[in-house]
Amino acid sequence: MKLLSPSATSTTHISSSFFLPNGFQNHGSSSATTFKFSKNQGRCVGNDEGTQITAKFELKPPPYPLNALEPIMSQNTFEYHWGKHHRAYVDNLNKQIEGTDLDGKSLEETIIMSYNNGDILPAFNNAAQVWNHDFFWESMKPGGGGKPSGELLKLIERDFGSFEKFVEQFKLAASTQFGSGWAWLAYKENRLDVGNAVNPLATEEDKKLVVLKSPNAVNPLVWNHHHPLLTIDVWEVY
Amino acid sequence: MAVRTLLSKKTLTTVLRNDPKPIGAAITQSRGLHVFTLPDLAYDYGALEPVISGEIMQIHHQKHHQTYITNYNKALEQLHDSVAKADSLTTVKLQNAIKFNGGGHINHSIFWKNLAPVREGGGEPPKEALGWAIDTNFGSLEALIQKVNAEGAALQGSGWVWLALDKELKRLVVETTANQDPLVTKGTSLVPLLGIDVWEHAYYLQYKNVRPDYLKNIWKVINWKYASEVYENAF
Repeated sequence: MKLLSPSATSTTHISSSFFLPNGFQNHGSSSATTFKFSKNQGRCVGNDEGTQITAKFELKPPPYPLNALEPIMSQNTFEYHWGKHHRAYVDNLNKQIEGTDLDGKSLEETIIMSYNNGDILPAFNNAAQVWNHDFFWESMKPGGGGKPSGELLKLIERDFGSFEKFVEQFKLAASTQFGSGWAWLAYKENRLDVGNAVNPLATEEDKKLVVLKSPNAVNPLVWNHHHPLLTIDVWEVY
Repeated sequence: MAVRTLLSKKTLTTVLRNDPKPIGAAITQSRGLHVFTLPDLAYDYGALEPVISGEIMQIHHQKHHQTYITNYNKALEQLHDSVAKADSLTTVKLQNAIKFNGGGHINHSIFWKNLAPVREGGGEPPKEALGWAIDTNFGSLEALIQKVNAEGAALQGSGWVWLALDKELKRLVVETTANQDPLVTKGTSLVPLLGIDVWEHAYYLQYKNVRPDYLKNIWKVINWKYASEVYENAF
């Protein structure tokens, strides 16, 4: 059995001593004998049978305890949202890609491939929702809030006028997404507001911050030249 | 305008339902614009327990459905103005809000009639014309229920699952629509017999993330009498 070293991303729950007789323990997981790591691409390799290597996505825990965002977001909410919904997306994605040509790809690759330029394939919903929720937990932190600083604040003031105006615009997008969806702050590499139009001579001035909203599982990764910075889950806000 | 606000919602609905030339309509008729109001349920909020909790029914009816109606009325007023001013940009921009909020009003109005307490026939299987049509099109009622539940559970995001009559092809079909799209967006000859709301707000407080359990249970309060009426009067 090949031992892989744990990645740099650690959570507050994994103690300094990883090594236990039966393998790595992943908090919150019932399967103690399966090797589980957080690699940047969200892959993990290895299982308890020892004879077969299967590549599967794993449910990454939020980078803080489930009660860390109280009273704004309760532990109970996290137990459902992360523990059941997010987990179901991961489990269902693994089931869906097994044995297909998506098996073995990174999460981002899976998303782009199954988005299929808009002609969405079945795995997209689960893959994108896994990614979206990972990103969402990272978009929040205990003791967070306040204002950004430095370069980001400068760009926000440049592209929205002020931080307050950005928040207003973001709240408007978030509260007007019909049905299920997400609201995003993203960095767009192209000032043109026309679909996938590319400016071949893009300069620094062509890039800007934008507020976007997307339906269901869609995220900015599938729109060329968009880099998500922050998201909130607005399923059934409106 | 002032007279309208003096009437309570309850009074207004009673008046609009019972009176052939009600005050409410007279006010709106002077503007030429009908104002939609929240239809009453034919049963108490708690009457569908334990299948659907009273808490859900109340919030679903008084908050969600009411909000669709409020926003539908707002959008229609804006539409009315934009048409009068020949402001095509606004007219077209409003289409999404009208489809969403108007659709929400249409769909929920059907949904309340699709449900009935057990003591009033909720859950009693369909007979006669609709019963035979179900057997012909799906093999059995159980097969239909399985199909509806499978499609409802698989629906991604928010939407509805329908048992519909295709008037043109003269057959029954199971369809799904996204968000609040009314059934006609899937086919102009489709008549909704039964719609099941699979938005999370329809079941989450009680069933949490287990939508399949909600779908399994809801058949105990489905009002097949209403669906039969619609079916028999469709042709």
